[in-house]
Amino acid sequence: MKDATVHTENGGVEPLTRMELAISYALRGGVLVSAGIILVGILWFALTRDTGYAKVLPHYLPELLAFHQTSGPGFFPTSLRAVIAGAMAGKPYAVIGLGMLLLIATPVVRVALSVFFFLGQRDWLYTGITLFVLAVLLLGLFTGVG
Amino acid sequence: MEPLTFFVILFGSSVAAGVLGALLGLGGGVIIVPILTLMAGLNIHYAIGASIVSVIATSSGAAATYVKDKITNLRLGMFLEMATTTGAVTGALVAGLLPGQALSVIFGLVLAHAAWTMHRSRQEDVPKGVVGSPLATRLRLHGAYYDPALGRRIEYRVTGVPQGLGMMWLAGVISGLLGIGSGVFKVIAMDIMMRAPIKVSTTTSNFMIGVTAAASAGIYFVRGDINPFIAAPVALGILLGTVAGTRLLLRLRGAAIRKVFLVVLIVVALQMIWRGVQGTIR
Repeated sequence: MKDATVHTENGGVEPLTRMELAISYALRGGVLVSAGIILVGILWFALTRDTGYAKVLPHYLPELLAFHQTSGPGFFPTSLRAVIAGAMAGKPYAVIGLGMLLLIATPVVRVALSVFFFLGQRDWLYTGITLFVLAVLLLGLFTGVG
Repeated sequence: MEPLTFFVILFGSSVAAGVLGALLGLGGGVIIVPILTLMAGLNIHYAIGASIVSVIATSSGAAATYVKDKITNLRLGMFLEMATTTGAVTGALVAGLLPGQALSVIFGLVLAHAAWTMHRSRQEDVPKGVVGSPLATRLRLHGAYYDPALGRRIEYRVTGVPQGLGMMWLAGVISGLLGIGSGVFKVIAMDIMMRAPIKVSTTTSNFMIGVTAAASAGIYFVRGDINPFIAAPVALGILLGTVAGTRLLLRLRGAAIRKVFLVVLIVVALQMIWRGVQGTIR
């Protein structure tokens, strides 16, 4: 017994493949933009020798690598609000953080777009499945974000 | 050492890790974490935080490749992402409670297992006589693809949906716990538990890695484990290295080199375990 879906699944002509391909190219763009922002932050940091929160002196390596600092060269913003505020103020570490957050958000956008696709297809089963994945992703993303 | 010198070394090592990860098919994350902890002496939580970001960068950047090949089973991937993302959130939360020494031991075990799995070459390319389960049919998980090597279209059916989900959850936990893609476990779930062809399992696993990693990366960010000074050069370096390594892969498929690195990986794995047990990991 064969059902019709077997022949269209992953066959390339399926709308799902076409849509996911479009999303994937958008994802690549998202990664490139994030990487670009991170690079700007790195260069800014290297040129000014300043994290935006503290000056970086030549003997400061241990401080930069110190675990979970609340101030000094080892400090960096960890909430969405602090990252945006810091990036607006031109702090190199916040700019890098912004690039990181954008990078983390990229796969979330993929799933969100898939939800809309399945909705449009009136595929309720997979709308539910992708919605579940999106909910878990958002839960992870906003766990602890104050 | 001057901070910027260290920064440049970090970047260079990450490029190398990316190239090596692509050549071995293991991913850069699993290579860079031991470099950062064993060699650079960094806190393992920072190493894992930097790694998880690089995993998102490389897999999201390459996603188009996996969709375009038409081997990736998109529905299967999306369905199983329910389990991997849930697992990843669990893993990331647990990682925050565990001391670095415990993470080091677990990392060593997972790395040794990955190296061993890589070593075994699989004979049976397409499993025969698989009766698709009714649940898999309802979920429309069966698929087909064109195999250029065999010169024909392969139709396959999958089974073992609950077992696959369970294994995928574990793959997610490991990804979230250690900041790696855990592709090896994802492949096991589809290949062994659900009886999908190995090609489908591998490409679908790659397709899923970015979404899985994104589920835990947010938790790492908020916890303050993604240190810009470490994560920025590592993410960009591994991204660059992976792109270069993937290009190289087309020309370089030497089994001899793989064997050499395999031994190296096993040694590294044992060291992660030993240093963890000793308590000399931060």
